[in-house]
Amino acid sequence: MKDRIFRVNMTNLFTSIEEVPAAWAALGGRGLTSEIVAAEVDPSCHPLGASNKLVFAPGLLSGTVAANSGRLSCGAKSPLTGTIKESNAGGTAAQMLARLGCKALVIEGKPQEDKWYSLHVTPQGVTISEETELVGKGNFQVVDTVHSRLGQQHGVITIGPAGEMLLLAANISVKDPDGKLRSHGRGGLGAVMGSKRIKFIAIDPADSTIPLADPETFKKASRTFAKALLEHPVSQTLGEYGTDILINVVNEAGALPTRNFTKGQFEGHDAISGETMHELIKKRGGKVKHFCHKGCVIQCSQVYNDKNGKYLTSGFEYESIWAMGADCCVDDLDIIAEADHLMDDIGIDTIETSVAMGVAMEAGILDFGNGKEALRILREEVAKGTPLGRIIGCGAGTVGKTFGVTRVPVVKNQAIPAYDPRAVKGIGITYATSTMGADHTAGYTIATNLLNSGGHVDPLSKQGQVELSRNLQIATAAVDSTGMCIFTAFAILDDERCLPALVDMINARFGTSLTADDVTALGKRILKTERQFNMQAGFTSAHDRLPEFFSLEAVSPHNATWDFSGREIDEFWDF
Amino acid sequence: MKVRVRLFGAFRQGRFRDKILDLEAGITPSGVMESLGIDAGKAGIIMVNSRHASLDRALSEGDILAVFPAVGGG
Ligand code: SF4
Repeated sequence: MKDRIFRVNMTNLFTSIEEVPAAWAALGGRGLTSEIVAAEVDPSCHPLGASNKLVFAPGLLSGTVAANSGRLSCGAKSPLTGTIKESNAGGTAAQMLARLGCKALVIEGKPQEDKWYSLHVTPQGVTISEETELVGKGNFQVVDTVHSRLGQQHGVITIGPAGEMLLLAANISVKDPDGKLRSHGRGGLGAVMGSKRIKFIAIDPADSTIPLADPETFKKASRTFAKALLEHPVSQTLGEYGTDILINVVNEAGALPTRNFTKGQFEGHDAISGETMHELIKKRGGKVKHFCHKGCVIQCSQVYNDKNGKYLTSGFEYESIWAMGADCCVDDLDIIAEADHLMDDIGIDTIETSVAMGVAMEAGILDFGNGKEALRILREEVAKGTPLGRIIGCGAGTVGKTFGVTRVPVVKNQAIPAYDPRAVKGIGITYATSTMGADHTAGYTIATNLLNSGGHVDPLSKQGQVELSRNLQIATAAVDSTGMCIFTAFAILDDERCLPALVDMINARFGTSLTADDVTALGKRILKTERQFNMQAGFTSAHDRLPEFFSLEAVSPHNATWDFSGREIDEFWDF
Repeated sequence: MKVRVRLFGAFRQGRFRDKILDLEAGITPSGVMESLGIDAGKAGIIMVNSRHASLDRALSEGDILAVFPAVGGG
C-alpha cells in the first residue's frame, strides 16, 4: 500500500489522509517525528495545549521482513523537559501502521468538550469515537476490551490513568504479540495524548505487504543482516539473560547508581541480577526468551512469574530493575516485578517514577529499601492521583523541588538512568548534550566504555568521551529512523557486514541509492533539527549540564567526580 | 597467592559465583580461565579490582578478578 500521512484534528474532530511531501519521503521513525514536530509545532507552545502535536511514525523498514525492525517512534514537545521529544517502543503497532501505508499519524488540536475519545486506524483512514467505558481504567483492561470489541488481531496504543491525569512521567503503551505492553516510556508523552483526550488508538490488522523497489536485493541484504545479528555473541547473552545481565557488570565497574546516586555499588546486586532472574524464570516456569514483535531474532524480553508460577511481568528491563532496585535499595526481584507491572498498568515511566521514588526516600517520605511502601504509594497514591501521587508521578525533578532535596539526578528535568556519569564519563556527555534530556539510549557509550563493543574507551578518563558520545548520538539518530531496535547496535558496531546490509535494505525498499555517508548525514541533520527546536524553545548550552552534586560529591568505589568544564561539554556540538 | 574470582552469566553454570582461589604467583586472567575450563576466547569483559583489564595482565595477591561473557543491553 502507498505511504501516506494520516492526520487527526481533535479540535474539530476531522480526520484526513495526505500525500507524503517530497521532503519527508526519505524519512521514517525519529527522523520523521522530529522533522514534523520541528516544522509544525511552535517551540514556545505549552506542551499540553492545543498547539502541540503528537506524532507516531514507524521506522523506514518497519513492516518488512527485516529482523528487529518493528520500532515505533513517538514525538511531540515534551511536558517533562520542555524540549522536543522522540521516544521509541517495540510492540506490534509499527509493523501494523506501516502495512496500512501510514507513514505518520499526526494528532493535533484539543477537544473543546470534556469528553474522551478513541481512534481507529483503518486502510481508509482514521475514525474518531467517543469513549466512556474505559475512562480511568488501566492499560491491561484497555487491551482486553479492545480485543473483545474488535478482535484479538487489532493493534493497541493506549494511556493509563497517569496519562489521563496529565502526569509528567505518563507513558504511552503499545500492545505486544501476547497482549502485554511495551512503552514509549520517557518524556511524558502519555500526558500529551491525555491532553488530546485520546484514551486509546486501535489499529486494523491489514494483510497487505510492504511494496519493495528491489525484492531480490532486499532478500539478500535482510538475510545478511539477520545472520550478523544472530551470530553476535551479545545477541546470544541478551536472549538468555535479558538486559538485566547488566546489573552485575555495571555494579562490578562501580557505576551502578545506588541509594539515590550516593554510591556506585549495591550490596544486593546479585539478588536483582540477570543471572538470578534467569534461574527464577527457569524454576517458576516463565519464558527466558520472548520477543516484543515478530521478526526479532535477539529476543531480549522474557516472561517472569511469581513464586506460584503466576504471570507477574514481561519485558522486565535492566533500567527498570535498577531504578526500583539499586537506586531505591530494594533487593527483592518479586517486589520490583510487581512494581513494574503496576507502573505498566497505570501507564507511567518506570525509570522516571522509580528515580522519583528514590528522591522521595531521600526526602524521608519513605525509607530506602521499603519496597512494600513503594508498591502502596504506586497503587494508592499515584494510580489514584492523590497530591503525593501526583508529585511522584511528575518525576524526580518535581519531587526534589517539592521537598527541598538538592541531590536530584535529572538533566533538563528528566531522570538520569542506570549508569553513574562520574564512573562512566562518556554517558555523562550523552546525558548533558542529548536533545531529549538525560537519556542513555541517545548515545549509548556504555557499549564502548564498559562492554568492549566498538573498541574500548576508559570510563574514568575524560579522554575521547566527547567524540565517542558525538559519534554514537549521530549514529543512533539515524538508526532510530530505520525502525531497528537499539540492540542491533552491537552488531552494527562490531560486524562490518551489518551497516552495508542495513543501507542496502533501505535502498531496496525505496529505490534510493544511499551510502553509509548519507546515513551519517541523516543522523547529523536530525540532531541539528532537534537542537534548533530546543533553542527556539529557550534552551541554551547552560542547560547542557549535569546537576552540581556530581561535581561536589565523589562516588565510591572509584572516588570519581564529574570534572568536565562547560566549554569541554559544548565541543560536542562542533560538527 | 590468593585471588578472589567472580564468574558471571553462563560461566557460572557448573562452577561458582564468587570464590577465593589459591593460584600460582603472576597468573593471568586467561590462565585462571584455563584452569577453570573456560575458553578464554569467550571472555567479553575482564575486570581486575573494578577496572577493565586485558587477558594477559599478571594478577597479584588480593586482586579481585571478574570474568564476564560478551554482554549487552541498554
Ligand atoms: S531485542 Fe528486545 S527490544 Fe529488540 S526487538 Fe527483540 S525483544 Fe524487542
